[in-house]
Amino acid sequence: MNVIDQLEREQKKESVPELRPGDTVRVYAKVVEGTRERIQAFEGVVIRVAGSGLRRSLTVRRVTHGVGVERTFLVHSPRVEKIDVVRHGQVRQARLYYLRGRTGRAARLRERRDEGGGSRVAGRRARTEAHAQEGDEE
Amino acid sequence: MAKGLLARKLGMTQVFNPDGTTAAVTVLEAGPCRVLGLRTPEKDGYAAARLVFGTAQRRRLTKPRAGEFRKAGIEPGLKVAEVRDFEAQVGQEITCAIFSEGELVDVAGTSKGKGFQGMVRRWGFGRGPETHGSMNVRKPGSIGATDAARVFKGLHMAGHMGAVRRTVQALRVLKVDPERNLLLVHGSVPGPRGGIVMVRGSVKQKAKK
Repeated sequence: MNVIDQLEREQKKESVPELRPGDTVRVYAKVVEGTRERIQAFEGVVIRVAGSGLRRSLTVRRVTHGVGVERTFLVHSPRVEKIDVVRHGQVRQARLYYLRGRTGRAARLRERRDEGGGSRVAGRRARTEAHAQEGDEE
Repeated sequence: MAKGLLARKLGMTQVFNPDGTTAAVTVLEAGPCRVLGLRTPEKDGYAAARLVFGTAQRRRLTKPRAGEFRKAGIEPGLKVAEVRDFEAQVGQEITCAIFSEGELVDVAGTSKGKGFQGMVRRWGFGRGPETHGSMNVRKPGSIGATDAARVFKGLHMAGHMGAVRRTVQALRVLKVDPERNLLLVHGSVPGPRGGIVMVRGSVKQKAKK
C-alpha cells in the first residue's frame, strides 16, 4: 500500500461517528489553562463538514448569550477527545451558512427521520421502496 | 562529523503536533544506503564516503561502475553520491537511524523542470497594463542603457527554469521510522515525487531540543 496513505491511516482515529451538516454534536476538546489541561465540551450545530480523510474538519455553531460562536475542529486532531452526536437535523444544504442570519425558532432544524440507517442513499432507497409497495397495493 | 544519505521523495502529507496544530511534512524513503568506497585526503585530496542507493539491473550499469561494485562486494545501486567528511566503512549499511527526531537537515535535489518561462514567472517581474492601448503585458522592457553599448552578463531574461540542483536548508526531522526506512521532514523538498534527494546533517545551527 501507498506509504502516505498508510501514514495518514495511522493518524486517523479508530472510530468517529457519522457526521453530517445539520447534526447537533457535542465536541470534547482539550484546552490548556495556564499549566493544566482539561476537557471542554462544545455543543452546537454542524454547519460545515470540510475536507476528507485525515484532514476532515467540522465547523460547529452555537449561540450563547445572544452571541453566535463558531468553532472549527479537526476531526482527527489529538486535541479532540470525543465527538457525540446529540441529534440529527434534516437539512437540504451542505453548508448551513443561512443559520447565521437566523435566531430563535427560525434557526431550528427539523429532526431527521432515519430510514435506512442514516445514509442518505440508503434512506432514499428505503423511501422509494416504500413508495413502490404502496403502488403495488393500489 | 558530517553525515548524510540518499533518499527517495515519496510525497507530502500532514502530521499532528502535540498541541493540536498540524505540520506539513515531506515523506522520504531514506536509505538504506551502502558504502561503495571512500575518498581519502592522501589519495584524493579530500575525505568523503561514496554512498549507493536503490537497486539497479546489472545490465544497465556501465562497465567501470560495475567494476566498482564488484570490487566493493556490494549490490549495484541506482544512484551513487558522495558525502564529504562522512566516516564510514566500505560495505557498511547506512540507515535513516543516523538522524534523530528534532534534528535539522539539509535536503538537496533536482527541482521540478518548468520549461521555458518568461520574466514574470522566472524572475518575478511585474507586468504591464492589459488595457488602455498597452502593448506591453509580459514583455521584458529595457535591457540596459544605450551608453553601455552592450547587455550585461547575468541580466534577468526569459529562459529555461527549474530542473537544477537546489538545497533546502534547516528542515526539522519530525519522525524517524527505521523499520520502514522513513524520514518525515517539516516542509517541502526539491523535485517531483519519486525523485532522489540527498539528506545531510544541516550546516545551520543545531536544533534545540
